[in-house]
Amino acid sequence: MSIRGSNLLTLGGLSREALLEILDTAESFVEVNQRTVKKVPALKGRVVASLFFEESTRTRLSFETAAKRLGADVVSLAVASSSVKKGESLRDTIATIDALGLDAVVLRHRSSGAAEQVSRYVPHVRVINAGDGMHQHPTQGLLDAFTVRQVLAARRGLSGSETGSSLFEGLRVLIVGDIRHSRVARSDIAAYATLGAQVRVAAPGTLLPSDISNWPVEVVDNFDEALEWADVVGLLRLQQERGTGAFVPSLEEFTFTYGLTQERAARLRPETLITHPGPMNRGVEVDSAVADLPSALISQQVSNGVPIRMAVLYLTVAAPKENS
Amino acid sequence: MNSEEARQDRERGLAFVVKSQLLSVEDVSRALTRMAHEIIERNLSVEKLIIVGLQRGGVAIAERLAKQLAHIAGVPVRFETLDVSFYRDDIGSNPLKTSSRTTLSGNLAGSTVVLVDDVLFTGRTIRAALQALSDWGRPDAVQLAVLVDRGHRELPIRPDFVGKNLPTSLSESVRASLEGVWLGVKPQ
Repeated sequence: MSIRGSNLLTLGGLSREALLEILDTAESFVEVNQRTVKKVPALKGRVVASLFFEESTRTRLSFETAAKRLGADVVSLAVASSSVKKGESLRDTIATIDALGLDAVVLRHRSSGAAEQVSRYVPHVRVINAGDGMHQHPTQGLLDAFTVRQVLAARRGLSGSETGSSLFEGLRVLIVGDIRHSRVARSDIAAYATLGAQVRVAAPGTLLPSDISNWPVEVVDNFDEALEWADVVGLLRLQQERGTGAFVPSLEEFTFTYGLTQERAARLRPETLITHPGPMNRGVEVDSAVADLPSALISQQVSNGVPIRMAVLYLTVAAPKENS
Repeated sequence: MNSEEARQDRERGLAFVVKSQLLSVEDVSRALTRMAHEIIERNLSVEKLIIVGLQRGGVAIAERLAKQLAHIAGVPVRFETLDVSFYRDDIGSNPLKTSSRTTLSGNLAGSTVVLVDDVLFTGRTIRAALQALSDWGRPDAVQLAVLVDRGHRELPIRPDFVGKNLPTSLSESVRASLEGVWLGVKPQ
């Protein structure tokens, strides 16, 4: 089941082939982004609405850049200065924007399930989830897997698409931190596990979701040992806006037990990669010097945001609906 | 053949039942040698040439042509690939083509581009390629080399170098590669 012609609400349930199709398509868009003219006419004349009900820098910028580089027109709602502030409901806001003639909506919302709800309000529009509450952030999961594959393939002198999913077979991925509140963790785990990686998570018990036993992951007891095991360490932001502060005794305590400090980073094997979705709390989940190590892929993750989102918009919006 | 290859073959219109072989591997080789000579005859300054293979069927043919040109002229000849999936005019109405690698880079000003494809049919791939090329600047000239011209043009496009002119009916399909040229019928 490809995402061609459908919505992208979650990575849960997508097949390995569907994920690889997105990663391989993104690789073509990396090349487009290296050209002097960084634009193709694949979505010429289409209208993409960017609706961010929650703050965002990189996701919003890269989605809007991606849509423009595909030739689409972007309608962007500045929520802070819109009728949302007068109490307009999500449904009415969507209906108003839809009246302008939309092909796709990119939605960021603080409520889990908001993207799915919008997809029912406007079934003729492709909905792309740009982060909904604590549920999913599909394009972040995709770009993390894409970045890891790109770096591992380059070490072998290959392009990512030449390696398919082979570099994920048995890849040891350790996701650390606020798993409970993290939509990035949920999308990352779905992507890595479907592609064939072994995923473990490390977090204080209070920051683990109650249904963790149903996830395709193992919970590690000893974080320091797990660091030696890992090929990839995926750090998460401690989400103070979602009340994480109440789940740990103090930020210092969290850093002391689960932060990637310089001492801990020294336990990593030299080839181990570090990812972080940003924005970073330097000195909390990651030491500032560790964040700037060459094995930290944070800036590559940001640069891959545009090609991954171009691939998602291209496949979902440009394709006619399949199986209909 | 795995399902991904089969799907890509379907996208390229290549999944078919063979009716007859029209060119052997040797015939293809001879046709490409002749085309290489014709390209040199038309282009006095070989060093200005960029041979651009269109993904996916044109790539191997373009690579062979570039080698032959280099061999005949005794100078290196630049070979690149171009994927036109994002420039097609059937986006939104037909299934998306799987995109492949584009190696073309830099500015094409001052060069002569020879686009190479396996089969010239409606001309829509070439239209997309011409649109794509303009994003790399303004070449002095663009020429078109195809292994097979099967007719049925839907746009005013004409090849400069042809391996084999092959009148076909719309119910037939053509497979052309370095290994040979076959005529077949499309599966229903």
